[in-house]
Amino acid sequence: MAASKTLRIALAGKPNAGKSSLFNLLTGLNQRIGNFPGITVDKRTGSCQLDDDTMAQVMDLPGIYSLYPRTVDEKIVTDILTNRNGAHYPDCVVLVADATNLKNSMLLLTQLIDLQIPTVLALNMMDLAAKSGQNIDVQALAAALDLPVVMINARTGQGVAELRKLLATRFKASSKTIYKTGKELELLVNDIQQKFNLATPYQAYQFLQQTDNLSFLSSEEKTYISESAKASSFFQHKYQGAETVMRYGFIQDLLNKVTLKSSDPEWKKFSYRIDKVLTHKVWGYLIFFSVLLLIFQAIFAWAQIPMDFIDNTFAQLSNVLDEHFPDGPFFDLVTQGIIPGIGGIVIFIPQIAILFACISILEESGYMARVVFLMDKLMRKFGLNGKSVVPLISGLACAIPAIMATRTIENWKDRLITIFVTPFMSCSARLPVYTILVALIIPDDKLFGFFNYQGLVLMGLYLLGFFAALISAFVLKFIIKTRERSYLIMEMPTYRRPKWSNVGYTIIEKTKSFVFEAGKVILAISIVLWVLASYGPGDAMTRAEEVVKSEASEVELSEEELEARVASYKLEHSYAGIIGKTLEPVIEPLGYDWKIGIALVTSFAAREVFVSTIATIYSLGGTEDEQTIKGRLRSEINPKTGGARYTPAVGLSLLVFYTFAMQCMSTLAVVKRETKGWKWPLIQLVYMTVLAYVSAFIIYQSLV
Amino acid sequence: MESLKSIAEMLPGETAVISGFRDDMLSVKLLEMGLLPGTVVRFNFTAPLGDPVCITVSGYDLSLRIAEASTITILN
Repeated sequence: MAASKTLRIALAGKPNAGKSSLFNLLTGLNQRIGNFPGITVDKRTGSCQLDDDTMAQVMDLPGIYSLYPRTVDEKIVTDILTNRNGAHYPDCVVLVADATNLKNSMLLLTQLIDLQIPTVLALNMMDLAAKSGQNIDVQALAAALDLPVVMINARTGQGVAELRKLLATRFKASSKTIYKTGKELELLVNDIQQKFNLATPYQAYQFLQQTDNLSFLSSEEKTYISESAKASSFFQHKYQGAETVMRYGFIQDLLNKVTLKSSDPEWKKFSYRIDKVLTHKVWGYLIFFSVLLLIFQAIFAWAQIPMDFIDNTFAQLSNVLDEHFPDGPFFDLVTQGIIPGIGGIVIFIPQIAILFACISILEESGYMARVVFLMDKLMRKFGLNGKSVVPLISGLACAIPAIMATRTIENWKDRLITIFVTPFMSCSARLPVYTILVALIIPDDKLFGFFNYQGLVLMGLYLLGFFAALISAFVLKFIIKTRERSYLIMEMPTYRRPKWSNVGYTIIEKTKSFVFEAGKVILAISIVLWVLASYGPGDAMTRAEEVVKSEASEVELSEEELEARVASYKLEHSYAGIIGKTLEPVIEPLGYDWKIGIALVTSFAAREVFVSTIATIYSLGGTEDEQTIKGRLRSEINPKTGGARYTPAVGLSLLVFYTFAMQCMSTLAVVKRETKGWKWPLIQLVYMTVLAYVSAFIIYQSLV
Repeated sequence: MESLKSIAEMLPGETAVISGFRDDMLSVKLLEMGLLPGTVVRFNFTAPLGDPVCITVSGYDLSLRIAEASTITILN
């Protein structure tokens, strides 16, 4: 049957070798992002038709230089490739190599040969190699390694058809052995190989080298291996170093035989010339900050049009359904809970898509490595790392993909600090809250007739979040202890034109992961909140209409006004209202009343819910129109003072609170997943909430 | 030779041959990236703030922190 013909193919290779491009070429849109069970590494798989009767499952493995992992993502590769009984063990591997720098890809190739996994070497970027004056004798290379070699161009798709055909033939593993463990290890390796019934000695050797990294071994098995290793005085680092030197010796001899080189670095001159400007001490930073500004502009200005469109569409959808559905709790849940909940997720898609388009272009072009290079020293002063820059920038759109992007940071401490401080970056969910409050309390005047006050305050809030992140990181640097060393050994790829289809695939992938990761939580919480806000104890809810009618008997109310008042009354007497009132004594020192308390409760799921809650609470019906809400808030009276409720002090206190507080369930969920436990998300929640409370307290008390 | 120079002490544009490592833990990772004893290394430039540095080794560019570069000794 067809099912028996499904081949499992894994794509391996170093970062920037063109692995993802090849994956996209092979699978097109038939790809899925999943998770490896138990761990959080993204699993990119896709199906591909090799020939008329062979289907293949293609898996894109994280980019690696060798089987010895450096980051959490990389561990999975060793785990898959050394476990022949594993669910993900491939029938064959395509090793994608950068032909301009073949040496660098060969280390992993020789390890795959020793594991006796059928492997095809796909030489990518042969055009560039030719330009650099290198000519590779493909036949000699294939003969020397006893494995098939295919020349491909992952940009144009050249050679991919040939690769497909070859993969369908189910070729055999190479008969060569590159690395033979020394005599002194023979007994030990043999013992492990027999004990675990392994196919190759090198597999046994990997069990010894990476005992702790292999998730499929039980703790008894791990103890057995480490004890045997100790008994035979097996030192992991010593042997790993010797192995690498031996492999490179073999590789160098081989490459001397198969490459014709005229050693012409001419083709790199262009890249060097760009580097002179982009890593210049003045121009480098200027250009980087201009790029940041451009990303900002893209996220906040250009995303507005599709966001408004989505907003209106969902509001209309809710209204239309509301009119056509009969009354009843289920239909209310759909029109008031679920649909706005989904709308609340979809509305962020434009910003997330634009942000990841920008990041992916920067990565594809090779510029991102230069950003890391420029920023590393600066970031290190704050306990961060050059590689923290990308997550921090991503945090401006949404902390969820940003925290997932920290996986490229090798050092655990650096990574943890980055995860911890990223939620301080003002994400797009804070923007609607900022906009309405800033418009409310800051006059729309210009400083020196040029700088708009409101714009300045808005910028100040973003800077406030950024500095809170830096200072927190700086403090954490001294608190978290680690024995692990921080290092930065990073390839600087040659500059090249981004491949647009790869940018497209990245956008789809990241957006999908946001919608499904964060979306689930946002949707669930918005349903819970809807229930809290729509139901209350006793018969207050059912009697709402008559109470409001009798209260307002002397005033003439239009139908709409009456409806809005009923909604407001209901919210006041709902469970959410009760929580808000219970909270009042706690938040009073910050200048808030129970109405704001309700908004704080509901915006715990997602901050932007603040706006719609405020709209309901002040009987504004379903509107989210800024002018209407602003007008209503301005006329709200504080019964204790007789003055306006939303004084500048209250407004600023709220703004600071929203800047610092961790009001995002989905972020907490992601942090829990990435740090493997509740410890860090809870510390983060407490820390951010306390910081928010204390800062808001100081602001309010010093202003009134 | 009493004191060997390290990559961290090289000048932009200078080339040298790697002789060994001062740090066992790091050497494993550096070896994997193709920094082998006997390999020619070229020092390209430093980042504007003096750290990290960019070098060329076996045909490609690599960036390292000064702390890492100083564990790689060179012949001169």
